[in-house]
Amino acid sequence: MPDVHDVLFRTLADPTRRALFERLCREGEQTVGALTARAGVSQPAVSKHLGVLKQAGLVRDRHEGRQTHYSAQLGALAPLIDWTSQMAGFWQSRFDRLEDLLKRMDQ
Amino acid sequence: MSEPATETRSVVVEREIPFPPEKIWRALTQPHLIEEWLMKNDFKPAVDHRFNLRGDWGQVDCQVLTVEPHKTLSYTWEALGLESVVTWTLTPTRTGTHLRMEQRGFRADQQQAYQGAKFGWQRFFANLEQVLARAD
Repeated sequence: MPDVHDVLFRTLADPTRRALFERLCREGEQTVGALTARAGVSQPAVSKHLGVLKQAGLVRDRHEGRQTHYSAQLGALAPLIDWTSQMAGFWQSRFDRLEDLLKRMDQ
Repeated sequence: MSEPATETRSVVVEREIPFPPEKIWRALTQPHLIEEWLMKNDFKPAVDHRFNLRGDWGQVDCQVLTVEPHKTLSYTWEALGLESVVTWTLTPTRTGTHLRMEQRGFRADQQQAYQGAKFGWQRFFANLEQVLARAD
């Protein structure tokens, strides 16, 4: 799997992080405070997750006064449009391995 | 997109395998054999059993749905917030087995969770259709 998928998969694999990203997708730009109020984890934890999302290019931050606003970067999901062809390729290669294994197995 | 929320799309891989269903069944249901061709796992061929498949990129959460020895095996496959169902069908042939894997899911209503990401998901589904066209 190419690196870009790897990063997106790993970033979105965490349920708390994914929930934050989904909220930004659904509800648009929000402050860290607003996100924390409904995240069920502490503000430092939310900030840390947002940092990881930002590094993966999934969110962007904007400073306004003392507040930091986060918004979802939908274009970052573009590599995932290939997800199903990745999946089909994944299964093809697993079928190959399965056949190899069957050849090696006892009856 | 206007598909009904219940509509699903799938990825299908089929192959003629020169071994009997009983032997393929073992490879599909015994954890140490599954690990050799798929991923590390704690699979058990028991309905409702929850298990994980662990790859180096992350893990897939699964639950067994159907076990019909030597015929059908299905389990849920949940990764990255996308829920799907993987179904294996084994049909004996004169020379071995017709093995079919269908990964069905990607429900249209799941995209609601990513409503903002319309552009990506429209292309996602267009791409899925191409995959399906190739798989048939």
